[in-house]
Amino acid sequence: MNIQSPPEKLKARDFATDQEVRWCPGCGDYAILKGVQNTLAQLEADPKNTVFVSGIGCAARFPYYMETYGFHTIHGRSPAVASGVKLANPELDVWVVGGDGDMLSIGGNHTMHAIRRNIDLQILLFNNQIYGLTKGQYSPTSKIGTKSPSTPLGSIDNPVSAAQFALGVGGTFIARSSDILQKHLPEVLKRAYTHKGASFVEIFQNCIVYNDGAFKHFTEKSIQAEMQIHLGHGQPLLFGEDKSKGLVLNREEMRLEVVTLGENGITESNIAIHDETNLSLATMLAQMDPPDFPVALGVLYAEPAPTYESAVHTQIEQATKDGGTADLNRLLQRGQTWTVE
Amino acid sequence: MPEAAAIERPEENRQEIESAVVRFAGDSGDGMQLTGSQFTMTAAIAGNDLATFPDFPAEIRAPAGTTFGVSAFQINFGARKIMTSGDLLDVLVVMNPAALVTNLADVKPNGIVIADSGAFSDRNLAKAGYTENPLENDSLEGYRVVKIDMSRLTVEAVKEFGLSNKEALRSKNMWALGLIYWMYGRKRQASVDWLEAKFAKNPDVAKANIAALNAGHAFGETAEMPAELGTFDVEPAKIEPGLYRTITGAESVSLGLLAGSLLANLKIAFCSYPITPASALLHQLARMKEFGVVTFQAEDEIAAAAAAIGASYAGSLGITSSSGPGIALKMEAIGLAIATELPLVIINSQRAGPSTGLPTKTEQSDLYQAVYGRNGDAPMPVISVSTPSDGYEVAIEAIRIATKYMTPVMVLTDGYITNASEPWLIPNANDTERFDVNFRTDPENFQPFMRDAETLARPWVKPGTPDLMHRIGGIERSYDSGHISYDPDNHQKMTEVRASKVLGISDDIPEQEVSVGEAGAKLAVIGWGSTYGPINRAVSNMREDGLDVAQIHLRYIWPLPRNLGELLNSFDNILVPEMNTGQLRTLLRDQYLLPAEGLNKVNGKPFLIGELEDAIRARLEK
Ligand SMILES: Cc1ncc(C[n+]2csc(CCOP(=O)(O)OP(=O)(O)O)c2C)c(N)n1
Ligand code: SF4
Ligand SMILES: [Mg+2]
Repeated sequence: MNIQSPPEKLKARDFATDQEVRWCPGCGDYAILKGVQNTLAQLEADPKNTVFVSGIGCAARFPYYMETYGFHTIHGRSPAVASGVKLANPELDVWVVGGDGDMLSIGGNHTMHAIRRNIDLQILLFNNQIYGLTKGQYSPTSKIGTKSPSTPLGSIDNPVSAAQFALGVGGTFIARSSDILQKHLPEVLKRAYTHKGASFVEIFQNCIVYNDGAFKHFTEKSIQAEMQIHLGHGQPLLFGEDKSKGLVLNREEMRLEVVTLGENGITESNIAIHDETNLSLATMLAQMDPPDFPVALGVLYAEPAPTYESAVHTQIEQATKDGGTADLNRLLQRGQTWTVE
Repeated sequence: MPEAAAIERPEENRQEIESAVVRFAGDSGDGMQLTGSQFTMTAAIAGNDLATFPDFPAEIRAPAGTTFGVSAFQINFGARKIMTSGDLLDVLVVMNPAALVTNLADVKPNGIVIADSGAFSDRNLAKAGYTENPLENDSLEGYRVVKIDMSRLTVEAVKEFGLSNKEALRSKNMWALGLIYWMYGRKRQASVDWLEAKFAKNPDVAKANIAALNAGHAFGETAEMPAELGTFDVEPAKIEPGLYRTITGAESVSLGLLAGSLLANLKIAFCSYPITPASALLHQLARMKEFGVVTFQAEDEIAAAAAAIGASYAGSLGITSSSGPGIALKMEAIGLAIATELPLVIINSQRAGPSTGLPTKTEQSDLYQAVYGRNGDAPMPVISVSTPSDGYEVAIEAIRIATKYMTPVMVLTDGYITNASEPWLIPNANDTERFDVNFRTDPENFQPFMRDAETLARPWVKPGTPDLMHRIGGIERSYDSGHISYDPDNHQKMTEVRASKVLGISDDIPEQEVSVGEAGAKLAVIGWGSTYGPINRAVSNMREDGLDVAQIHLRYIWPLPRNLGELLNSFDNILVPEMNTGQLRTLLRDQYLLPAEGLNKVNGKPFLIGELEDAIRARLEK
């Protein structure tokens, strides 16, 4: 008898390659790499069926460090390459990794279309609000006034909000986390993995060299609790030390407001409940910015819908049924023919 | 079909001619393309060889009666081998003044112009820019003009079917077709059958069209036509026996892509973004789903190329297709396919450029772009399509090369070939030798860039294969392992091996043959792509006149066939006709240091046989 021993469970480090990691010491990308490797181990993902596709940038070096299949492509085009991978083989688990410049500037178009088509990809955007690899120019997510080699007097254009963009183009899964949230990040990534369709995850990532502290106004230990709200489906939108603050929905003005429990007669029953399937709520949560509001982290929106690649293959299956056996000779002879004797 | 048979009478005194060129021209709404394709089918059934060329307006719904709304269809058919859709017209049929003004210049001296005088209203004349009716003054002197009120005659012929005037007028193209059938002694049955099938759900419309067809024919027969015009007989051509169809370049390329994928045992992922004239391919492939063909209309051309590369990476055959400006957008992605050594087929349906250029006009001006048009030293095989039916073999060959050598391959076709058609002896798909792809599955000594000793190709591994996980990318790769490498010597070595791999393909393609004539002649006329037909006819004609000239026509643009340099050296002079300003000429001069001379034309129209004959004469009759 052929007794098969169960395959040994892979550990996070089994997902690491033998390649030397080349990010700057202290770069937030290290923590994200660890978070992703942990996630794959916890998910018991099969390395041979896992593909990491990336564009160009510091973040986009990611695939070289993952002991899976990997494709480091060209600047901005990774969502398109990944779409092709998934169309050719829907069985593969395809992750897409890139920076804010890669995915929202040069590749904004491709990110938009991969999301709106709902191709089953996990799209991880490492947002450091700067162009790291090209030595620190401002990016489309940089705050107004960002001083950089290309904007010595400060940047003047409005930044794009990644999560609002993804919601706006019809995303079916939009979440946020941060490099330093080592427990939170894998939980969010697991949700992204389980979601069938395009999962878009914005990960705030500190570029220690060119944009250090870009997120400290909500990630610094001392203010973390006050400036972050961690979302849970069906859970009240509470935050702050001892969960003493919360969000209520001002129905007249159609916006969220921060309240303190116990003040002005507010009790937990007044606090809005997070509903991942509520697009308006997700949009309001995505818009929140310190110091007036905490930053919403976790799954902002999740509403499963049929995936693009499954629809493509359903059409093919249908055509195969309708067309009977595919016979090339018959196709060559289709239409009006005549015989020369 | 007794209705049609009843008036099929024996003809007397037909003048036998070797070939004829007929063009139907009218408003976009006049159904000229349908009329032309019906005439084509009937000529094919009559055993003629033929070539056709449709000329659509660039505007989608140009206002009726305007010159930019004119749609035309030209056919050259004959009792001999037909090489082009014809230089000058024997017969021009015009359905309105705009069609006359835009097409008259192409009619032979003393050629026949048949005009629907019913459509020469003041309004239509004004729209065409006529201040006077040309049918009424002497401006058409030098042509044999036949004025017939086809509009009125059609309305009368279909009266019994109770159609509105507008609906009735829709059949006037069939009236014209019937008349031209009569001129050339053609049977109407195939068109009758076709009309009945097309309008099966609308029998009155079918009947009206058939009635118009018969009325046009009867008009000719009942001697209402001026006798001096004559009637003609074009005997069947000597054609290889077998089963035939007509085929356009778009059809032949798409069928070849499908055939090639089956021969390689791969599924197609065809990724494209709409553009004239390349869209025809996307439309064709989108209707081949029963073969498992995936088509993907991407958000732009580089996305299309990138998705095709992703599909190839995942083990499908990635194909992408566009025209000049779109190909330019794809180039960075094509560089990635060259760097990561993944198979990819790029179909470039060339059109007149630069920039938007003339979208509906043909040109061969992307040779530089194909051979040289990328950053870095980025060699890529380039092959070209010469005739509307040639695309079948060329597409198969592109897939063979791409998969055997793990390289992108660009296929150059053009707007003319894409839309033109010719008869095609339908091949048996099973007769082509298979070239099944062997994906690497063996982990023993696996390295992603370890090359096959003979082809220099790296292994192709499908993600999903156990124990072969690896990473590839556009940063220079270490010679065997494929790991990122910034080592200068490694880059030198990799650049050289990429070039050697592509150049080595010249040992795997046929030696260049001389299409007409022999090596060592006084003059070689060398071309590529859609100039094949006119060069072939011109060289043949000039040889009949005793001139020492030969034709060489390239399928392989890069690498060039291994014997080409030696072959070209055997000629005293080399003439390179091209629909560009001399791109192949540059390549030949560069590769062989030959004094190749160009004959160049970029007016959006294919070469005329006469133009080439004049050029050949000028060089040999000094
Ligand atoms: C076509 C092209 N244009 C520009 C570049 C240069 N480039 C490389 S990465 C990059 C931006 C990187 O920023 P981001 O995507 O935010 O990634 P990060 O390095 O911050 O992780 C640029 C402009 C390139 N590689 N290719
Ligand atoms: S430049 Fe910034 S983003 Fe890039 S590796 Fe260094 S710290 Fe990280
Ligand atoms: Mg960045």
